[in-house]
Amino acid sequence: MTTSVDARGRRGPHVSALARTRWRTAFLLSPPLLWFLVIYFSSLGLMLVTSFWSVNGFTNLVDHHLTGQNFHQIATGAYPAIIGRTVLLAALVTITDVVVAFPFAYAMARVASRRTQRLLLVAVLLPLWASYLAKVFAWTSILINGGALNWTFNLIGLPSPNLGFTNGAMWIVFCYIWLPYMIVPIYGALERIPSSLLDASADLGAPWTATFRRVMLPLVLPGLVAGSIFTFSLTLGDYVTPLLIGGANSTLVGNAIYENLLTGGNLPLAAALATVPIAVMVVYLLVARRLGAFEAL
Amino acid sequence: MRAKAARLGLWLWVIGVLVFLFAPIVTIILFGFDRSVIETWPIRHWTLSWYSVAWHDPQVRSAFVLSLKAAVAATILATILGSMAAFGVHKARFFGRDSISLLLILPLALPGIITGVALNSAFRWAGITLSLWTIIVGHTTFCIVVIYNNVIARLRRTSNTLLEASADLGATGLQTFRFVTLPTIATALVSGALLAFALSFDEVIVTTFTAGAQNTLPIWIFGAIRLGQQLPEVNVVVTLVVILMFIPILIAARLTGSDNFVPRVRATRIAK
Repeated sequence: MTTSVDARGRRGPHVSALARTRWRTAFLLSPPLLWFLVIYFSSLGLMLVTSFWSVNGFTNLVDHHLTGQNFHQIATGAYPAIIGRTVLLAALVTITDVVVAFPFAYAMARVASRRTQRLLLVAVLLPLWASYLAKVFAWTSILINGGALNWTFNLIGLPSPNLGFTNGAMWIVFCYIWLPYMIVPIYGALERIPSSLLDASADLGAPWTATFRRVMLPLVLPGLVAGSIFTFSLTLGDYVTPLLIGGANSTLVGNAIYENLLTGGNLPLAAALATVPIAVMVVYLLVARRLGAFEAL
Repeated sequence: MRAKAARLGLWLWVIGVLVFLFAPIVTIILFGFDRSVIETWPIRHWTLSWYSVAWHDPQVRSAFVLSLKAAVAATILATILGSMAAFGVHKARFFGRDSISLLLILPLALPGIITGVALNSAFRWAGITLSLWTIIVGHTTFCIVVIYNNVIARLRRTSNTLLEASADLGATGLQTFRFVTLPTIATALVSGALLAFALSFDEVIVTTFTAGAQNTLPIWIFGAIRLGQQLPEVNVVVTLVVILMFIPILIAARLTGSDNFVPRVRATRIAK
């Protein structure tokens, strides 16, 4: 008798507690999820639909009949070159940032003392959070003809590199702006590697290069990919840096979108161009997953 | 001997990277004190007058106020929505739970221009005039994940025994929330809010597509640089923005430890 009451007593509140948790979860999650659904994802969907619309040449109004002409236009004319340049630059920036970031992150994670480590982390994070436009504008003043770079080169007896308003300038500025996004995850991955693993590899007679390639690199790869997602993706859609420091041949996909939407008044074509970075990122993420980059993340 | 040389090389590399990271920021601050209207290095004559010019410029002032309004509103909205999402995901078990953080990070992981164009086409389609409110909607969307990350990281580190003790001692759910949960997540919440504020205050890429005729401070800066006008004033304004952003960042770092405050990178780690 008592046991059955007990059993019922235990079961009753348990079931209602579960139901309560469900209600609570639903209550807590629906506002943020609705926000994302209604504002973000429906906008993305609408952008996708818009990319199949067109602009009437006479009235300048958006024609809602579905057509593939925007994508045809993207596949021809000047756009393939622009897309190629953008992807190439994004890849170049990513590779450069890996090369620059790795030794720095290594020193931070595995050589520096605790105190130095903390100081270096703040030293990486402050530039990351310094205003984006401030950084781009600072580089403009460094790279222009009368700027600090030419002055420094002349000081040590070298000719002026005159990098202002070139693709090279764009490359430097992008590398600079996204570098902290690469340092932080590589540092995080390196810091989590137990020293015993590296010691074991060395004790078993592996030369330094083999330990690096076969022990360290696979463990750092997820961090490296995480960083590269940002260096790559953020370069793909940028239009501010090319406008402020790029030259005549520095148009990127971002600029093409910007021009078509804000000055050309062709929203459908801009929307179609905006699907290019999305498609490139999807392919990039799939390849990264193929490489096993997400497994240890 | 070789190990020593390698170590020396490593530290030289570190110093080189540090110079690379800080030289532009130092340069821009110095140019704010350059008397010449045309920037050339080295700076020959020094002045404080551009600070006075920037301070009295009505355009800069109204842009600053607009940025402040947008950042405060977006921070409040994102704090509410982001912490709700964090509480909802924490402890609950349901299908697709792990994809939520991936979902929330999308506006930061995909290029900002995509969020911008998407929102712009939606606002146009719905016949909504671009205004302060459309800026706030855009900013809130990419700020939510910053709060979410900070709060959920803290919730995961808080042990359940505290909550159970509170319940055992007869506290109601609301009391437990007010006297136990809230104090434990307070610093994470504040630091998340500060980061969201900084992120919003500096944003230019999404804002360009969601702002109407008015300028936020970054849009004013962008426009001035493009037109090549008022450049000495721009130096001063960006210096002030950098300083204004460092303050919340340093406070946030003190509150939660620095590993929590890289909005994009941190999120990918949690997302898996």
